[in-house]
Amino acid sequence: MNGMTITEKILARHAGLDRVSPGENVWVEVDVLLTHDICGPGTIGVFRREFGPKARVWNREKVVIIPDHYIFTADELSHRNVDTLRQFTMEQELAYFYDPGTPNYRGVCHVALPEAGHVRPGEVIVGTDSHTCTHGALGAFATGIGNTDAGFVMGAGKILLKVPETMRFRFDGKAPDYIMGKDMILKVIGDIGFDGASYAAMEFTGTAIDALSIEGRMTICNMAIEAGGKNGIVAPDQKAVDYVRARTSKPFEVVTSDPDAKVVSDRVYDAATLEPCVAEPHLPSKYALARQRGDVKLDRAYIGSCTGGKIEDFVAAARVLKGRKVAIDTFLVPATCEVALALIKTTIDGQSLVEVFADAGCLDIAPPSCAACLGGPIDTFGRTHGNEVVISTTNRNFPGRMGSKQSSVYLASPLTVAASAITGRITDPREFLQ
Amino acid sequence: MSTQSAPRFSARVYVAGDNIDTDQIIPAQYLNLVPTNPEEYIKLGSYALSGLPDDCAPFVPPPGSKSPYGIVIAGRNFGCGSSREHAPVALGAAGVQAIVAESYARIFFRNAVATGECYPFETAVRLLDRFQTGDEAEIDMPGATLTNRRTGEVFKLQPLGAVGPVVAAGGIFAYARKTGMLQ
Ligand code: SF4
Repeated sequence: MNGMTITEKILARHAGLDRVSPGENVWVEVDVLLTHDICGPGTIGVFRREFGPKARVWNREKVVIIPDHYIFTADELSHRNVDTLRQFTMEQELAYFYDPGTPNYRGVCHVALPEAGHVRPGEVIVGTDSHTCTHGALGAFATGIGNTDAGFVMGAGKILLKVPETMRFRFDGKAPDYIMGKDMILKVIGDIGFDGASYAAMEFTGTAIDALSIEGRMTICNMAIEAGGKNGIVAPDQKAVDYVRARTSKPFEVVTSDPDAKVVSDRVYDAATLEPCVAEPHLPSKYALARQRGDVKLDRAYIGSCTGGKIEDFVAAARVLKGRKVAIDTFLVPATCEVALALIKTTIDGQSLVEVFADAGCLDIAPPSCAACLGGPIDTFGRTHGNEVVISTTNRNFPGRMGSKQSSVYLASPLTVAASAITGRITDPREFLQ
Repeated sequence: MSTQSAPRFSARVYVAGDNIDTDQIIPAQYLNLVPTNPEEYIKLGSYALSGLPDDCAPFVPPPGSKSPYGIVIAGRNFGCGSSREHAPVALGAAGVQAIVAESYARIFFRNAVATGECYPFETAVRLLDRFQTGDEAEIDMPGATLTNRRTGEVFKLQPLGAVGPVVAAGGIFAYARKTGMLQ
């Protein structure tokens, strides 16, 4: 009998089974249910409708609510939605609610969840957001679900899941320092296509993955959904364990793939040969090399979101922007309050990142939230309203994703976005890195 | 829940393309509407597919909240993108009974079934050039066929299997109660 992949092992353990096989439908116990201001109220609506107005959530410590999408807006319905979450939290005495406008506020859920110690290796995490797959970066099984499924989990603590087949992506060798996690995942999506991993687990391994920081791995797992993947996952190593240990004292079990586990495909990349790239409008799978798209003139640059708004992303951008000036409007949105604080505390040659960006002529740094990553209410910071051409560290470039249907979005790494901000056209960051 | 369990039904079709993502099905600015609030459910319907490019025929002509089209025909990867359940809900609220696509994004498919908002049919045939928006079509559920009444062409649909009864019941909770899985 073959061994199991990390994804199969986690699902088997949470289903109380010795082994599971791809295609099998199993009921698994959920460790964390994540929801936010966009899908939380609807999930609560389903939960109340189906389990009754007096029902209690299955576990008050396992429902984590992180409002992040429509926070800094005058839109009243958005405020009403956060109020719904507040009221529900009080009523249900939930242990974890990161309330905007209070010191508890954190920011974008997929960066906040691991920061706050809610992501642990070997666990099952479901969230009402497709980028819940981010959390595979710490060796958890994590996937996005809809309100109705989430309403069920809220009451029952379980979910029926089809065990996915595993596709393995191995990055051998050493990635050059102008290559980031974003370049690696855009390459994969470009190769296999927007539905190339439909229903599958995407497992990332190899020396170049090992060499990445946890944040770099998060960027990769975050975009598994852009190839249709059910989850993205990296086997936890010492780095992952240290990251988690620094944030929570809760117990967890490290699970890894067996060497003889069966995978449906095995793609191998030589990390040394990767080049900085972009995804052209309007699909994350429209791969192009940055150096070949210098003809594309840009109106704005945007650095933010769960994919590209972590501290490592801003450090990378600052490496390029230090001592230079941007030529186009450059929007900076830290994912979380922890990232915002780190922008002040992190220095390059004695200068804080905040100062580096101010000197470079970037727009004032916005408060942490999803902001224009998904357009949002009309008054959202950075939202497009016309035919702007944007280069962005976010994860999606579908028509209208950043607001206006007429705008076009190029996705790229923070290094490439920063380099392009300086020239006002798509630019390979090697032009500015020695 | 807009679906009906009639074994066959006719409706006008709306032809969309490949990779119709959830931002096109329901643009992010309307995600402040909560699907379980009855009034907001209706509103979501009025914005269904309003994120399609401006040169597409309006799916829900303003100021209405119902679409004249009860069947959406699409290509590959329908519903890719976010996990927002607002997407199948908006289509169902607008009066869509079925979608016929070559393939679906995983979360959208599951949400369509879990909510019971519309039947997500798959077909091996590329239908984008076999139908025009406004054509009258008939879906025969037991026979798993789709007929274009204008051309008389009949297309095979993949059987819905276990998913059919869940949608017919009105979603996963209603189905679980009906079958005694849930009290
Ligand atoms: S930052 Fe963007 S992709 Fe991430 S959760 Fe927010 S809206 Fe979604």
